[in-house]
Amino acid sequence: MVLPIIEVKGLTYTYPESESPSLKDVNFKAEAGEFVLVTGPSGCGKTTFCRALNGLIPNSYGGEFRGSVVVDGLSTTSTPVYELAQRVGLVFQNPENELFCTTVEREVAFGPENLALSREEIAMRVEEALSTVGILHLKEKSPEELSGGEQQKVAIAALLAMKPKILVLDEPTANLDPLSAKSILELMSRLNESGVTVVLVEHRLEMVSHMADRCIVFDGGRIVMDGSPEDVLYSDSVADLGIGIPKVVLVSKHLNRSRNGSLRCLTPDGLASYVRGFPV
Amino acid sequence: MISVEGVTYSYGGDVVALDGVSLEVGDSELLAIVGENGAGKTTLVKHLNGLLKPQKGKVFVGGIDTKETTVARIARKVGLVFQNPDHQLFAETVEKELAFALTNFGASPEEIRSRVEWALAEFSLVKYRDRSPFTLSGGEKKRVSLASVLCYDPEIIVLDEPTTGQDNLQKTRLAGLLTKLNRQGKTVIVVTHDIEFVADFIPRVVVMSRGKIIADGKAEEVLVAKEVMESSSLLPPQLAELSWKLGLKHPSIKLDVVIGEISRMLEASAK
Repeated sequence: MVLPIIEVKGLTYTYPESESPSLKDVNFKAEAGEFVLVTGPSGCGKTTFCRALNGLIPNSYGGEFRGSVVVDGLSTTSTPVYELAQRVGLVFQNPENELFCTTVEREVAFGPENLALSREEIAMRVEEALSTVGILHLKEKSPEELSGGEQQKVAIAALLAMKPKILVLDEPTANLDPLSAKSILELMSRLNESGVTVVLVEHRLEMVSHMADRCIVFDGGRIVMDGSPEDVLYSDSVADLGIGIPKVVLVSKHLNRSRNGSLRCLTPDGLASYVRGFPV
Repeated sequence: MISVEGVTYSYGGDVVALDGVSLEVGDSELLAIVGENGAGKTTLVKHLNGLLKPQKGKVFVGGIDTKETTVARIARKVGLVFQNPDHQLFAETVEKELAFALTNFGASPEEIRSRVEWALAEFSLVKYRDRSPFTLSGGEKKRVSLASVLCYDPEIIVLDEPTTGQDNLQKTRLAGLLTKLNRQGKTVIVVTHDIEFVADFIPRVVVMSRGKIIADGKAEEVLVAKEVMESSSLLPPQLAELSWKLGLKHPSIKLDVVIGEISRMLEASAK
């Protein structure tokens, strides 16, 4: 039997200054190579969940932590942060808050330098990470002079240089224009195809649901739905959760009701081919 | 209400942020200004409350030339809600933040109190009244900055990217509020690249690209114009894309229209 790469068991977590828990008895497993989309209303526990996956919670935040989080075989409560950082990379909503070096190259080299790797190894990792995200040409630039989308790519490259097996992204496209957002999401899809396990928090399901293998929905600190994006978006109860259902799904659901069909499309392409007589 | 006439503006260097832009906005209109980053959207709206003055051309707000008056006077008419709340918020508590503009405008204590209570309730901020705005989450700060502008009741409200970091429920609530304000007679201008939000809630759309306005009209017409969407580097609404892929004669951003068209196509092919 294959061990899950992420295993969260009975996780209940309360922030230090808070009276009620932000996560309540969360149980979650992901297999290596999965692309997991995480969604749900604001304040439902998504961000807290992300922080728990790389050990920021409880190691940096304190608070009351019950249950366990094991990533790549390591328990987050008993593993040093630098060990976890080589396995789980966390990308935040606002890249400005993460970048602090004078050049893109220094920024991306920062993590590997702290692992005491050889100079050649560091240089190789930096080149590789920058070319993977497609910003090798920005190597000499200062992160400050880049656009939001480019900054987010720098933040992702900095994590890739640590060669993590898991990338956790907390609304990485929230502040980006649509084309930059699309390019970050497509990058995630490519990285996932190359074997990286991706956990992505995103509200704009129309842009990403077709890329994911699985979709989990948080509400009130709990996982309330867990299944394929089709299972989740086409379920009857999903509308009550206040998440934005893509228009293609709304159209298909309506056609299913009025024509007794069983459409499960997630993209305009899928639905258009069906209507034109080429079922997908 | 607002008249922008051939305005050109450059921050220096070779790049022209606004290149001969003209725009008329009537009383109690609800419109969106969309376009890629760097298209000139924010530069344009900064002209509407006098933060920037045109280098060429003229801007009139309520008949007044913005060059002939002070920012303080226009600001009372035109409330601008910034994209990044951290650039706007500064007071010690949420309550003080909301009261600030009214106090400056010399409103009576009773009026200030009643407006602040209204805004706290309208934006679900009552429980945060004594908190520092800086200790709130991104989405909550965004609501404080919006509340602080609506609190002093300007005639024209300009919102720069109000939906970033907001979930679907909050977006729907925001849309409801903007629609309500608009029905009460306010002019509401939303700068955004959240095209699904525009398609669902905003009747008029102005598309900007590289410092120029490249389209201006009804949302259901502009957002389905393929060449406009492509040349502005915007992602089209999902229903527009679906309409194009289906080859609909009249592409639409309305759910019932697209469903109707598809039903017809399916029935025709069944015969």
